[in-house]
Amino acid sequence: MQYERPGTLQDASRLLVETQGTAFILAGGTDLLVRSKSDDFEADLVVDIKSVDGLEDVRETAAGFTIGAAVSCAELGAHAELKAAWPGVVEAANLIGSAQIQSRCTIAGNLCNASPAADSVPALVAAGARAVVTGPDGTRTIPVEDVPVAPGETSLGKAEIIAAIELDKRPPRSGDAYLRFIPRTEMDIAVVGAGVNLTLDEAGTVKSARVALGAVAPTVVLVDEAADAIVGTKLEDAALEKLAELCSAACRPIDDKRGTVDFRKKVAGVLARRAARIAYDRAGGA
Amino acid sequence: MSGIAVSTTINGDEVEYLCQAEETLLDVLRDRLGLTGAKEGCGTGDCGACSVILDGRLVCSCLVLGAEAQGARVETIEGMAQGDTLHPLQTKFLEHAALQCGVCTPGFLMAAKALLDANPDPTEEEIRFGLAGNLCRCTGYDKIVRAVQDAAREMNGG
Repeated sequence: MQYERPGTLQDASRLLVETQGTAFILAGGTDLLVRSKSDDFEADLVVDIKSVDGLEDVRETAAGFTIGAAVSCAELGAHAELKAAWPGVVEAANLIGSAQIQSRCTIAGNLCNASPAADSVPALVAAGARAVVTGPDGTRTIPVEDVPVAPGETSLGKAEIIAAIELDKRPPRSGDAYLRFIPRTEMDIAVVGAGVNLTLDEAGTVKSARVALGAVAPTVVLVDEAADAIVGTKLEDAALEKLAELCSAACRPIDDKRGTVDFRKKVAGVLARRAARIAYDRAGGA
Repeated sequence: MSGIAVSTTINGDEVEYLCQAEETLLDVLRDRLGLTGAKEGCGTGDCGACSVILDGRLVCSCLVLGAEAQGARVETIEGMAQGDTLHPLQTKFLEHAALQCGVCTPGFLMAAKALLDANPDPTEEEIRFGLAGNLCRCTGYDKIVRAVQDAAREMNGG
């Protein structure tokens, strides 16, 4: 195995283009280095992107936030402005693993690992986050939900790298939240995850919303019909009931030791309802 | 022998070593540098027995490549005591019998140190969450939590 630590995205991309063998991108390594210990893992090249210029910080711009692909989730949790603007995204990112894992794991890595149960992904999708993808043919910006296509598979090309995750600047009266169900109190894999992001009008009525579910289908599910069910409401009981029903209906989960199909469907509705309530309170709704 | 040349700082000392690309920081510490305090429990970042502090942040050294330590500051359990003077956390672990077999202890001490460095007066809940990445199969955790609480009290002057 060859280890490289390039200083620019161009060099990183060139290394990936030129290699004849199997190549992997290393950011925090909390998924890659675990996989590397399994017997059937082979890597000819590992490209460490932590020294790539411009990937190491969170930048606040007029348009919002640009989170470099090498920024650890612990750093996101310590970023006061980001946390104030997007508390749901940050709380989801901070649910990943232990203190040791938080020091290293990244949201771009969480996205590229393409686990159906990735905690930060439903929150990012609900937030309308975008991935800035750099490759040999230049840079393109795509919705986060277009990155995972199946468990462990992404839509990225061979030499493409997610350089950053972008989040919009928040309009007034906006809030987001992420909740997950696990059988213990910390350090576990989501059985169901639900992210809700909404913006209210001056009267406290939901003006726009996005609802996303994790661990209930092969990839993250953006549930437009559930979001539509709360737009124009003040999250009255009937609206929340409709939201929960539509979320449950949108699930295509598996049965496993962590939860049955029926359980996951039911809990998806419950969590979406509770997350919507938290997002609404954070947006200043009464 | 060929390998990747790495210059790093470990417990305040400048250290240079050669390592292979596949080698983890834990492999380097134990097998090349003779720093065997960090233990390999699971090798997959679940148990925390290999915890060290890398550039001020707690990490599992089994999930860091040796090559990644280039230019970094590494703190290991070997740097915790000052000569014969134990760190207050070490003293309190002894007083509270917060260890039995001892395999998890270096990792717990590093994790507890990182926790108290960031949060000198944690609640019991914060301690339990802060140490959730470290597994102990002997003590049942309670003595460890009490030792950390007591060390925090002492380090805060009372």
